[in-house]
Amino acid sequence: MAKRIGIEVSLAVAEAVKLADTDVIAAYPITPQTHIVEHLSELVADGSLDAAYIPVESEHSAMSSCLGSSAAGARTFTATSSQGLALMNEMIYIAPVLRTPIVLAIANRALSAPINIWNDHSDIMSVRDAGWICLFAENGQESLDLTLISFRVAEDPKVSLPVSLNLDGFTLSHFIEPIEIPDKETVDKFLPPFVPCFKLDIKAPMSLGLLGGPEYYTESRKATDDALLASKTVIKKAFAEFNDVFGRQYNVVESYQAKDAETIVLAMGSISETAMTAVDELRAQGKKVGIVRLRLWRPLPIEEIVEAVGHAKNLAVIDRHLVLGAPYGPVGLEMMSVFYSASQKPNISNFVLGLGGRDVTRDDFKYIFDRAAAQQGQTRYEIVGVLE
Amino acid sequence: MKKPIDALVKVGDLPLGLCGAPGSTVAFKTGDWRSVRPVLDKEKCIYCGFCYYYCPDGVYQDMAPEKYYKADLDYCKGCGICAHECPKKAITMTLEEV
Amino acid sequence: MASQDASGITIMSMLEIRFHGRGGQGAVTSAELMAQTAIGMGKYAQAFPSFGPERRGAPVTAFLRISDSPIRIREKVYEPNVVVVLDPTVMNVTKVDQGLKPDGLLLINTHQSEEQIRNRYGFTQKISTIDAVKIALEELKVPITNTVMLGAFSKVLGQATLKDVEEPFTHRFGGALAVKNLAAFKRAYEETKGVA
Repeated sequence: MAKRIGIEVSLAVAEAVKLADTDVIAAYPITPQTHIVEHLSELVADGSLDAAYIPVESEHSAMSSCLGSSAAGARTFTATSSQGLALMNEMIYIAPVLRTPIVLAIANRALSAPINIWNDHSDIMSVRDAGWICLFAENGQESLDLTLISFRVAEDPKVSLPVSLNLDGFTLSHFIEPIEIPDKETVDKFLPPFVPCFKLDIKAPMSLGLLGGPEYYTESRKATDDALLASKTVIKKAFAEFNDVFGRQYNVVESYQAKDAETIVLAMGSISETAMTAVDELRAQGKKVGIVRLRLWRPLPIEEIVEAVGHAKNLAVIDRHLVLGAPYGPVGLEMMSVFYSASQKPNISNFVLGLGGRDVTRDDFKYIFDRAAAQQGQTRYEIVGVLE
Repeated sequence: MKKPIDALVKVGDLPLGLCGAPGSTVAFKTGDWRSVRPVLDKEKCIYCGFCYYYCPDGVYQDMAPEKYYKADLDYCKGCGICAHECPKKAITMTLEEV
Repeated sequence: MASQDASGITIMSMLEIRFHGRGGQGAVTSAELMAQTAIGMGKYAQAFPSFGPERRGAPVTAFLRISDSPIRIREKVYEPNVVVVLDPTVMNVTKVDQGLKPDGLLLINTHQSEEQIRNRYGFTQKISTIDAVKIALEELKVPITNTVMLGAFSKVLGQATLKDVEEPFTHRFGGALAVKNLAAFKRAYEETKGVA
């Protein structure tokens, strides 16, 4: 039977990896991801998880090992943060095209410099174009649930792509909160054993990772993009089936008080909980405000975004990453492009906040709701709370 | 001249993960790239195996129990490294007849 | 814990607590154990440290929220209802009453009296004191005060009883150490005086 306990979110993610009967974990510890892989190494060491734990010498090797084990037909998990993801970068770009369904948990943390171990989204944004499915968790329960869903989606034969599960470093990874840990039988109902579409097998040899010259490269990249775009249907189906089994409904885009909202804040990750409370407080004052949250960032769920925010007068897009030398942050820029050709569109403005662990509060959102309504024709992002 | 279509496979026809049948280089005979071929003087050969080890394409075969190594001319590209490394100068690079 | 605001919307009130201690004394563990206890009692709770490099002896802060309804806030606690001070020397270097609500409470580990503390630091809110080091040394043989402070906390705020902490303590400390910590909790629970 499922058990509701107070547990650190990192440990809950590790428990989900255990419940998924993961075969191979290859990881290198880095703050704030550490507790996830520490707990997994304990679970493997004490025999409660029958998996190979490969303590590699770097994140580059972690992802290389994952590529190999996934291609050999093993359910494969790794986790990292920030500089670790940066060191993985070369291998990150390979996994989608080789169609290896690796699940990667990223405890999101700022990229150096200056050296910073705290939370923002600069790490994942640096590899957003690599072809991975990118999910963002809002709270601890969702972090556990999305871990199970990630395996299910990644390994679906129609998808066969790697998935990155993004959970905010510290703000999620180090929170103790109530989480329902499902029982094994129920997880098994939702997550079947991994049946690879192809696998490295010495009895039936094949080549993987071949050269793709000018006459192949374009088509290869396009084929991966087609698969990534098509995965949205499978993701939505997996969410529906997860609800059937566990009674928790997830959507690729979540709305809160947004239907009649004049001003909507669009955000990703755990800050949207704080934003919802800010909305409650503003609604109590009669203000028509709402929140829309992207649970799915790649593939970008364009139709669902338009449906969720298209009617608003003002749309304030939150970025947790500063794109140096560009007019807007990554999420801001994409929302601008989504609505560029729309005849009716919200007045879009872009706000950057919560960089390198700076606390994001209800007051920040109240400020943004006011600014978004007042700001017309913004030509560049605004950094909330920057001292200059 | 207009550029001809230079893609070889349609997007939808690519295999998943771009995996392919192994061993395709066996069918890919590179011997015709050669302009000079290695010719061994068995009298000078001391069966040291330098040609075998140095060959970048691995075309030399150990002919044991006979005491020499033989280049597989289906694949030898005629680079001449074997001749250069042979301590007894037993290999001569000889022009291919056209 | 429910109240109604002017708009008629029911807002479930929430207890917000900040722990002050030094690295290694268990401020973070205190917040975690209390959250796990509250969750075990069917409530909602969250606990988190003030994130950063962990250094033994350095002043550390941890945060705790307890509520009857789901908690949807992840900002730090800026206006706590309760401040728990695990190490009295922290008060000399940290303004522990910063942001504390006017009707809030300071729960302080000290051998001094409420009056002495109030005169020395000028706190205006309610104060409850307990000589947690003495109890910890007697029960645990080490001056680690977290479970003692949780006993005092539970008594003063009516948040939990010995029965409620049994499982989280056993899970965290295991066997003999859990028994000692439960004894420390029990003594603090029994010996904690009222609020001044």
